[in-house]
Amino acid sequence: MSLFANTTVLLGKELRTEFRSRELLTTTIVFILIVLVLFSFTFDPLSDEARRFGAGLLWLAFLFAASLMLQPCFLREQPNDTLSALRLSVADPFAIFLAKLAANTLFLLLTELLLLPIFAVMYNVQVLPVLHWIVLVFFLGSLGVSIAGTALSAISAQARMRELLLPLLLLPLLTPILIASTEVTSALLDRSPYVPWKGVGFLVAFDVVFLTALWLFGEYLLEE
Amino acid sequence: MWKRGFVGAAVLSLVAASAYASFFIAPTERTMGLIQRIFYFHAASAWAGMTAFSVCFVANLLYVWRRQPHWDSLGVSAAEVGLAFITIVLITGPIWAKPVWGIYWTWDARLTSTFVLWLLYISYLLLRTLIEEPDRRALLSALFGIFAFLDVPLVFGAIRWWRTQHPAPVIMGGPGSGLEPTMRAVFFFSVFALHALMAFLIVERYDLEKLRTELDIVRREAEAL
Repeated sequence: MSLFANTTVLLGKELRTEFRSRELLTTTIVFILIVLVLFSFTFDPLSDEARRFGAGLLWLAFLFAASLMLQPCFLREQPNDTLSALRLSVADPFAIFLAKLAANTLFLLLTELLLLPIFAVMYNVQVLPVLHWIVLVFFLGSLGVSIAGTALSAISAQARMRELLLPLLLLPLLTPILIASTEVTSALLDRSPYVPWKGVGFLVAFDVVFLTALWLFGEYLLEE
Repeated sequence: MWKRGFVGAAVLSLVAASAYASFFIAPTERTMGLIQRIFYFHAASAWAGMTAFSVCFVANLLYVWRRQPHWDSLGVSAAEVGLAFITIVLITGPIWAKPVWGIYWTWDARLTSTFVLWLLYISYLLLRTLIEEPDRRALLSALFGIFAFLDVPLVFGAIRWWRTQHPAPVIMGGPGSGLEPTMRAVFFFSVFALHALMAFLIVERYDLEKLRTELDIVRREAEAL
């Protein structure tokens, strides 16, 4: 089977596992909601202030949530050693990563889009006129987070203190994503919104660099 | 044993000579005055630290490719030494900044990206302490080291584009930049001295790591008996 066919089958499996319980999605949504509410106490969430800080705290909440959400990605394969079975069933282990990162991107994007209207109402910012651009930034940002996060969760799953380790490894690595996504999102939430193409291009570059690295080195992450 | 002592003494006298040169030979800078002399130590340490991290990156790649334990030892040695130099950079920077900029720290491009770099290599060393089995520790930390190094230019680019007080590049900067010839000579001498120190420390740390690995193997064998 080709890489693409393998990936689709595995992606189906990831989505089925999640949508049977929906544990990951519900907990992540509640977590981001709590963070957003707590953030509102740390400054005066008036429209102007919110425009200035909103994008940054939104992305900070997404990154923290992602570093928790990506934990079970490889961990849930451990109790029954299903990772060995996965590895035996595909020719190229990159398919396992592609499926997992596609699923993670999808989950992240879904939670972000569900929370966007709540954020817009709570922090009194206009999102509708630039919705399609916001979706694009959310997608590119989440893709970057998922690529790096999936790779690192394969590492942290094999170490001690794994719950604490993943955020420690992942968050500094995601600094470029945080900066670029915040920059683009705050330009979109501006009184006169515009699309900062440099930021969008930067996000694409991050995604390409880390996807290439994962493609080159991914198989070693899954070695027995 | 005497060879090591000899090399160590040579390296230390080089570092002492570069300290002498930066205090007494280099001319005093016109606007910043004496405090500018910290630059010979600060920027040269930054260069040495970056070289050490590059050595770490190459060692990581070679470990993943060849799977020889000595590449892992070199990787961890270079990472620790690089971290020591970058720590010096992060300490001497604010000492210089306080009288010149009026503040110890500002979230400027190079400060912030150096700090993120420092955090990434702290994570690298932390990861190593959390994996028991030597082969797995070597492989996984090498892979994280590769990802971290690839991240460095991205971190730097992002911070430089969007969050920018650090002086513009003086060395290899654009036209109009550049150092007075004596300052330049003293600077490159400091760079050389600190690179020698870095190489010496990496070699020492590498030997220590090899001994530790041997001790670990012996201990495991003793436990198996």
